[in-house]
Amino acid sequence: MLFAHGFGCDQNMWQRVAPAFAKDFRVVTFDYVGAGAADLSSYDPERYSTLAGYAGDVIDIVEALGVGDVIFVGHSVSAMIGALACIERPDLFAQLVMVGPSARYIDDVDYVGGFSEADIDQLLESMASNYLGWSRAMAPAIAANPDRPELGGELTESFCRTDPDIARQFAEVTFRSDNRGDLHRLKTPTLVIQVRDDIIAPQSAGELVRDEVPDVAYVLLDTSGHCPHLTAPDETIAAIASFVS
Amino acid sequence: MPRDALDLFENAPCGYVEQDPDGTIIAANAQFLRLVARGADDVVGKSRFASFLTVGDRMFHETHFRPALQMHGEVHEIAFELVRPDGSTVPVLVSSNLGDSADRSVIRTIVFEARERRSYEQELLVARQEAERAEARSSELAHTLQQTFIPPAPPIIDGLEVAAEYRPAGDGSEVGGDFYDIFQIGGNEWVIVLGDVVGKGVEAAALTTFVTHALRAIAMQTDAPSAMLTVLNRALTGAGRDRFCTVAVLRLLREGDRWLGTVSVGGHPLPILRHRDGSVREVGTAGSLVGALDAPTFVDDRFVMEPGDSITMFTDGVTEARHGPDWYGDQRLTRIVAETPDSRDVPRRVLLDVMQFQGPSARDDIAVLSAIAGPNGPARRLRTSS
Repeated sequence: MLFAHGFGCDQNMWQRVAPAFAKDFRVVTFDYVGAGAADLSSYDPERYSTLAGYAGDVIDIVEALGVGDVIFVGHSVSAMIGALACIERPDLFAQLVMVGPSARYIDDVDYVGGFSEADIDQLLESMASNYLGWSRAMAPAIAANPDRPELGGELTESFCRTDPDIARQFAEVTFRSDNRGDLHRLKTPTLVIQVRDDIIAPQSAGELVRDEVPDVAYVLLDTSGHCPHLTAPDETIAAIASFVS
Repeated sequence: MPRDALDLFENAPCGYVEQDPDGTIIAANAQFLRLVARGADDVVGKSRFASFLTVGDRMFHETHFRPALQMHGEVHEIAFELVRPDGSTVPVLVSSNLGDSADRSVIRTIVFEARERRSYEQELLVARQEAERAEARSSELAHTLQQTFIPPAPPIIDGLEVAAEYRPAGDGSEVGGDFYDIFQIGGNEWVIVLGDVVGKGVEAAALTTFVTHALRAIAMQTDAPSAMLTVLNRALTGAGRDRFCTVAVLRLLREGDRWLGTVSVGGHPLPILRHRDGSVREVGTAGSLVGALDAPTFVDDRFVMEPGDSITMFTDGVTEARHGPDWYGDQRLTRIVAETPDSRDVPRRVLLDVMQFQGPSARDDIAVLSAIAGPNGPARRLRTSS
């Protein structure tokens, strides 16, 4: 099982859910380039100007693991990244779990994504305000020691720190993406986990994914917030477990 | 709540709210209600804290603030804007922690109005963005300038192959003064110059441009390399101030399979001549620093390059590269020149060896150029990288 974090944080997001599957599966978590402890020098603005670039990284990881029946669990934007990876290389993936997916965040004709273009601009401003005190100084210290797991303490401290420029581009790529047209090509058996009250991925977004993906199961969690794997880990684990077993 | 505690809560000089784990506000003090300009009836038990934020802040709250709070148990000094019913916004700083109160989990949040601090931060942000733009412009300028210090188009010379490496000091954003140039002055005759102007930055760049252009012009009217250096010396000393450079000038005349060389050196490391059998020797006579003296000494020395022979020129960025107290030195360079079977590989190997010796950030510019006498026929193109 490969767990992929969403926009805004890093692989630590999965620490309340992923261990529950470690008994039955080989569990792998990772940081996208620019998040957590990933090596910043590997960032390429061109490659990561679309979600396909991130999907390419997922495929690289699976190929490096040398396995072909991966269950990919993606939160938020990673749900779509996982969908793109599954469409590109269906041979590598057995199942896909989407936690709080949205194929398009911006409202459109006959579609409620939850946001307007102006809202996305405001998010970028909000990030700029908050990156003032963030980790420009911290990030290189982490990046310089990618091979030292003993720095775990510092890495925990760095949770949710990201490189400001990369985070900004990730936000733009994420929230301006539109993958509605890709979903019907997704042949991998898929589970959509939707939170009842999620302002980032509202029910209308999860329902569209449910209606477009051919082989799909849908679970509505009676909770709130965009991160049920943090706020309602037991329910999230139960939903995933009944799908993958 | 005891009376004192109630006073502490209600009249604290900051907004204070308690939320249940899903974010719904279960208590809010008077200052918070003032900040959001709403009555307790509209807030307590009815609204989530995030619902008072701008949409962008709400997204940030959901994707970053809440996860960080869940993971760390606390989050400090996050900048948000509260939205009032009339649409106006209040910039605030928010800190939260998780706790248990009366046997239930709560999120405790304090909210400070931060108008002045936020406008100051906005100014800082704008200043930083301007600084980054300025840095980018300056870096681009440096790069553009540096590209003029080496030939824009690699010449193809019948019977002579040239390989060169050029690496500016540091991370490449600084402008140094190493240069080289290769140009034709007759049907069978070529000039190669390689040098280093004193100093760094814009003045060094201007001087480098002056020196390379002057040398091309002087070469058209002067035969001997020593005479070229004498004229260049006069041009530099005439301009006043401290405008020095070191230069090695090669003049190469094709004669059948051979090249007849003349070399003159002003204040510069002597070029290394390598014969096809691997034997090496310095050629040239050390002359004066160019631009420093009214009556400098420059000497011409002649040599012959048979097919397979090569000559290597370099700047002191090679020999004076440092590793702690150690210098890279002449011997290590000479050994690479002697032991590299194909002299076209010499510049690349020297550059890599120097970088390995001193670490990734070069203290000085590095320029290395090798010219190899080849057989007749089309030559390989000049190989450069910078």
